Amino acid sequence: MLLNDEVELLRRLPLFAGVAPAKLKLLAFTSDRIKFDAGKELFKQGDAGDAAYVVLSGNADVLVKTEAGEIKVATVNPSELVGDIAILCDVPRTATVRAATPLLTLRIKKENFLKLLSDFPEMTVEIMRVLATRLSRTTAELSDARSQLAHARRVH
Amino acid sequence: MDKNLFRYIWRNTRRQQIWILFIVLLSMPTYFMSFDLPKQIVNGPIQGQGFETPGATATFFKIDFDVPSWISSSGSLVLFEGIQLNRLQMLMALSGLFLALVIINGLFKFYINTYKGRLGERMLRRIRYELVDRVLRFPPGQFKRVKAPEVATMIKDEVEPLGGFIGDAFVQPALLGGQAITALVFIIVQNFWLGMLAAATVAVQGFIIPKLRRRLIQLGRERQLTARELAGRVGEIVDGIAAIHTNDTSNYERADIGSRLGRIFKIRYDIYQWKFFVKFLNNFIAQVTPFLFYAIGGYLALQGRMDVGQLVAVIAAYKDLPSPIKDLIDWDQQRVDVQVKYTQVVEQFTVSDLIEPTLQELSKDPLPQLSGNLAVNNLSAVDESGAKLVDKATLTLAPGERLAIAGAAGGGGDTLAEAVVGLVRPENGRITLEGTDIAELPEAITGRRLAYVSSDAHLMQGSFGDNLIYGLKHAPLVPAHYEGADAKHREWEISEGRAAGNPTFDIRDDWIDYASAGVSNAEELKAAMQRVLDIAGLLQDVVDLGLRTTIDPASYPAIAEGIERARKALRAELESEGIADFVISFDPSTYNPEATVAENLIFGAVQEGLSKADKEATDSYIRSVIEKFGLQDRLYRMGYEIARTVVDLFRDLPPDHPFFEQLTFMPAEDIPRFEGLIQRYKDKPSAEVAPQDRDRIIALSFAYVEPRHRFGLLDDELRKRIVEARPEFRSGLPSTLQSKIAFYDPKEFNRASNLLNNVLFGRIAYERADSADRILAIVRTVLEEQGLGGEVFQIGLNFNVGSAGKRLTVAQRQKLHLARALLKRPDFMIFNRPLSALDLKAQERTIERVLASFDGNGYRPGIMWVVGHASLARFFDRVVVFDGPTPAETGSYDELMGRKGLLTALST
Repeated sequence: MLLNDEVELLRRLPLFAGVAPAKLKLLAFTSDRIKFDAGKELFKQGDAGDAAYVVLSGNADVLVKTEAGEIKVATVNPSELVGDIAILCDVPRTATVRAATPLLTLRIKKENFLKLLSDFPEMTVEIMRVLATRLSRTTAELSDARSQLAHARRVH
Repeated sequence: MDKNLFRYIWRNTRRQQIWILFIVLLSMPTYFMSFDLPKQIVNGPIQGQGFETPGATATFFKIDFDVPSWISSSGSLVLFEGIQLNRLQMLMALSGLFLALVIINGLFKFYINTYKGRLGERMLRRIRYELVDRVLRFPPGQFKRVKAPEVATMIKDEVEPLGGFIGDAFVQPALLGGQAITALVFIIVQNFWLGMLAAATVAVQGFIIPKLRRRLIQLGRERQLTARELAGRVGEIVDGIAAIHTNDTSNYERADIGSRLGRIFKIRYDIYQWKFFVKFLNNFIAQVTPFLFYAIGGYLALQGRMDVGQLVAVIAAYKDLPSPIKDLIDWDQQRVDVQVKYTQVVEQFTVSDLIEPTLQELSKDPLPQLSGNLAVNNLSAVDESGAKLVDKATLTLAPGERLAIAGAAGGGGDTLAEAVVGLVRPENGRITLEGTDIAELPEAITGRRLAYVSSDAHLMQGSFGDNLIYGLKHAPLVPAHYEGADAKHREWEISEGRAAGNPTFDIRDDWIDYASAGVSNAEELKAAMQRVLDIAGLLQDVVDLGLRTTIDPASYPAIAEGIERARKALRAELESEGIADFVISFDPSTYNPEATVAENLIFGAVQEGLSKADKEATDSYIRSVIEKFGLQDRLYRMGYEIARTVVDLFRDLPPDHPFFEQLTFMPAEDIPRFEGLIQRYKDKPSAEVAPQDRDRIIALSFAYVEPRHRFGLLDDELRKRIVEARPEFRSGLPSTLQSKIAFYDPKEFNRASNLLNNVLFGRIAYERADSADRILAIVRTVLEEQGLGGEVFQIGLNFNVGSAGKRLTVAQRQKLHLARALLKRPDFMIFNRPLSALDLKAQERTIERVLASFDGNGYRPGIMWVVGHASLARFFDRVVVFDGPTPAETGSYDELMGRKGLLTALST
């Protein structure tokens, strides 16, 4: 996969949809393409976040540690971004991401990502939109889970 | 050291000074004779005195003495009757005698000068040694006041002129004074009034000139002080460069240096003005006298009251007179100058409470293990301002006991630890080791049976290994063996060292105290080093340093021999782990996609740190090969495409943008130039491009790596043609470049690549960059399995740590200090926040490893550990908690935590 293909792929991400192709090319050029075998971890829950990953091909699982063991909370598909929270708000990784199939990713380093945000504020707005969408989805899921929990308690 | 330079010189070189004076006196008669001879030659054979009648002869070389008449009735004792010579013979004989006198005088001068030179150099050596000796004996507080570069300038530069002077201190005035007096007496004998005239001029010179020079002395002192301060400031700039950059004070520093240099300039210029004025005056007085001689002497000769021969001799003698006088005045000037310098330096090195020399005496005997306690009694110490650093601390550390000291940073615990090892002197109270005050214990005990590790991460310039065993070098234990010329040289070293009051210990002896490290030879020591580095968490760092070193295979034959095996083993290991594609090997017949185009063409490594000329020669040779294989068109198009893409990507970024780090093709400032080039040559065939520009564009293609840059510029055909050019490149390499490029050969060690790359013999795939650590671990294991681990470790130990150890990280340096303390196996170990550069978790693990290392092997030192965080105290038997300078709580960790007092507060 060449630089130009990667740019095409990045453009399809909602996050980068509004960004000029030239800037995406720069982002792609300054990022490393990293391959993971199936079963390998991109990062672990609790690690310090130093990069975000764009999946170019393959799938990965998002796993969270709980008292009942590790549970899978989501799947990452091609042309999706993962690991952006940790680099945006400087918290440890909130989940483990593991390659489910052979995985090809574009690794965007934290400094480069943040630099790009400050250079091109239109990206920031875009990011806000994506995060807000995620938040509303999470809130919906939470209220859903609560009502299920309440229902389960009533049944017992 | 004497305050007075002359007393110091006399005390140390009395005998030599007397000897050289004796030689000077011995040289006087011939010197005097050489004055008298010209007169004899002119008056005798030339003008014919004594040869009035034809065939007359005169007596030559009659040796006789006037003696009392009871020895000889004639009143003189004749040893040699002399020879009768005619006029011509006499002329030749006297001239010959003159030549002989010249030679004898010259030889005397030669001997005297050499002797003086040696005398001076020996004294200079003695002074310098004594000054350094004093630095080694300065009380600890002194180092808060002195600046290292100032001390260094004093020892190196300021005492230097003393060397030149010391040989002259007594000899010069004697020699010159003797000469001057001889010449004066001679003139007086010839003609009393002319002699008086000469004496009067000398008296005027001797009186006025020194008076004028008083100002010069004052200026000289200022020059010395300002120059020393300049050295101190320059040192501060170098040491404090980070503070200068981070505070934008570089211009403030420039102003400071500028004004200092201005002052120094003014002082020096004043010195010149005075010096040359005095010189002018001196020369004038000296030149007035011959005028008087010619005028008055000539008048007397014309009147017949003085013969011409006499006048010639007087003038000849006077011509010799100003030079001793002038030199004598110069000597006096120099005397004053060095006296000033000497006094200034000695003042700086005169410190009241120097450490007694007896405490630092060399001791070769093994010391018994300490069995008593380390006790601190009512200890108080204050800082320069009088504030309490530690107040009324009392505690005891028994052998084998483990004591933690907790408290805020900069509290009493830190100072207590420093006081225990003598780095801070108590104001009150005592610290005793087996009942003896540590201030009275020789450093042989405190420096060997105690170990001290603080957060100060200073290392000595040298290898990693040297720094590690530094704590074992107390005394020359096994003498070095010398033979033949070396043995002679060693004897010379000893006798010269003695003559200059230097120590005669040999730096080339084996100073390593193996027994103290609990081993008996170098091989076992290496194992012990490995063990302590492992405990300190530094072993892997050393191995990695070794792996990243480019070595000369001739020095490590085992590695050169085993490299092929290691490469195969690595390949097998990668395959067995299923990650064979992580490292792409160099194969003579295939293009390595993970390597640059240039590397693929050269198929070898270019030596690091090539000179500019060598780089250009390499580039031009590469171009010639490219042309020969008709690749220039393809590579030009490739370079053009790279330039176009890069300009496209980076055009709008400021040159200091962090993204430029990713740009390997060109420096940021070259972007505009390439922007111009791509516009000019758009759609033009390479033949129409100016040769210089074409070379520049082709050179861009050299750094291209497809998986990294992903511009899609390589195809199979180009790859194939590059591989085909390899053999030609190799065979046609000019002889001047042979030593600069090492070609890849699967069976041979590559001398231009570091050890790691030699084992890899390929490139880690860019898409697998995340696995570099994993691959590094496999390389380490493989080398260990192939029996090369020891060699790699040794190469790591040879790593030069740089000035003050700055080529290592602070954490590495602190760990090295820890390992060094462990290696010497002391009876008590004092740790003063030794791992401050590590995070809390790493500190915890290190403390656990250190403490566990003493379990069950019969060696268990007493440990006092000032912990960086109160929670670390849980690993110790007992805890003392400091509240500011005062000890507040004592007890076991659990007990104190249960009390919910100060320790609890500090732990959270």
